[in-house]
Amino acid sequence: MLEAKDLYKSFGSIKAVNGISFSVAKGEVLGFLGPNGAGKTTTMRMLTGFLPPASGTATVCGHDMLSNPVEAKAQIGYLPENAPAYDSMTVENFLKFSAEIRGYRGKELQTKVETAMERCQLRDVQRQTIHTLSKGYRQRTCFAQAVLSDPPVLIMDEPTDGLDPNQKHTVRKMIKEMSSNKAIIISTHILEEVEAVCTRAIIINKGCIVANGTPDELKKKSDTGRLDDVFRSLTIGREESK
Amino acid sequence: MRSLMNIATIFKRELKSYFEAPVAYVFMVVFLVLIGALTFMWPGFPLFERGVADLASFFAWIPIVYLLLVPASTMGLWAEEQRTGTIELLLTMPITLGDAIIGKFLAAWLFIVIGLALTFPVIITVNYLGDPDMGVIFCGYIGAALLAGCYVAVGLFTSATTKSQVISFVLSLTICFILVMAGTPFITNLFSEWAWVITVVSTLSFWTHFESIQRGVLDMGDIIYYLSVMTFMIFATYIVIDNRKSA
Ligand SMILES: Nc1ncnc2c1ncn2[C@@H]1O[C@H](COP(=O)(O)OP(=O)(O)OP(=O)(O)O)[C@@H](O)[C@H]1O
Ligand SMILES: [Mg+2]
Repeated sequence: MLEAKDLYKSFGSIKAVNGISFSVAKGEVLGFLGPNGAGKTTTMRMLTGFLPPASGTATVCGHDMLSNPVEAKAQIGYLPENAPAYDSMTVENFLKFSAEIRGYRGKELQTKVETAMERCQLRDVQRQTIHTLSKGYRQRTCFAQAVLSDPPVLIMDEPTDGLDPNQKHTVRKMIKEMSSNKAIIISTHILEEVEAVCTRAIIINKGCIVANGTPDELKKKSDTGRLDDVFRSLTIGREESK
Repeated sequence: MRSLMNIATIFKRELKSYFEAPVAYVFMVVFLVLIGALTFMWPGFPLFERGVADLASFFAWIPIVYLLLVPASTMGLWAEEQRTGTIELLLTMPITLGDAIIGKFLAAWLFIVIGLALTFPVIITVNYLGDPDMGVIFCGYIGAALLAGCYVAVGLFTSATTKSQVISFVLSLTICFILVMAGTPFITNLFSEWAWVITVVSTLSFWTHFESIQRGVLDMGDIIYYLSVMTFMIFATYIVIDNRKSA
């Protein structure tokens, strides 16, 4: 449902993304792993059409992001890094705005917003303005915005960042529940999360994919059979050899 | 059709966000107090000075007072989106960049026009004091609304170039100031030797085009001038946002 082909992007002399290709099918939850600055966020920004790639293409449900951006974007729910949201709006109004921009009106809009608030447990703060929210609630608000329209593709940049253990659990459960009829990409620094929710993981280092496989396949790459050892050997090892 | 609905959605959010924050009311009050005070105090209310009831001094002050009000109201349009990262949400939603720009532009323009409409007590006052030519006043207000559109378009553009509201404010104030002053005698006299320079500079100036509208002449040329400035600035905004390298 989502395909990235040969994505490149550099910022000045920094090669942020250096030829990344992969695809995600329906029912898959793909985990993006990689050290800070590896290019995970930049890749997601190209997939969602926020940044134009220097070269390469992203295709979402058959719509090319460059030639048909509006259709392609309509298929994606996106939770950007650090959960940006309009600070002066209330949680409810913010969700209403994103529902409206996704084409919902009237009763249908109301239902979508209510359901999203219910699922993301935002009832308590629904009338609070966003700048007064705690980090976790802001994260959940932005998460709610991403899943509100039940899009076929979900792209989430560190979705559990800043959540308490209960909420982390809830979010992972939601991602798993939704995954049956969606293609999902999440980036994370928490390796247990990969084992808990991802059906496949990609490790990115310095803008290149250094590993791609199911969590079990990845674990086999190390003698200890632990994901963090694999991660370390693939990402630090590279650095030292250069 | 879908584009219009998106523009309407952006427009509504933007306009609401003005009134959600107290600064909007502050701008509005400062604008009204300033324009009111200037109109009646300096250079002397025309009715007393010249024995004519009109709003000449009101309209003469409009381009100057806008220099504060408009950049202050437009500085956040894109700068704030870029600073807080909401631009990433906005531009990954299923709308075009053009929809977002036009929605924001219209909201900011309407905000200024609301401020302009709230100056209606000056009309009541001159009508109470004398018998002004309402046609001229009407024409002046149309001109003032169009002029507001140009200032807003400049502010929209400068806001797109930076993450900082302060920089956006200073830039748009400067650009508008230059565009206004270019047509005034202070500047045109500098070029008295070269007639063509005067023509070029004053044709590009807000001042020149606003002057004739104030006299009660709604000239097609002036209207086209205003609309072109707005179109140009909106287009420039599009280019700037579309080409921003960083996020
Ligand atoms: N707007 C920008 N301007 C300049 N350089 C940038 C910009 N955005 C990203 N970079 C650079 O691109 C590289 C990749 O950054 P990116 O944000 O994609 O990393 P990441 O994998 O998401 O890291 P993290 O785990 O810290 O979130 C980094 O070296 C970063 O400094
Ligand atoms: Mg990141």
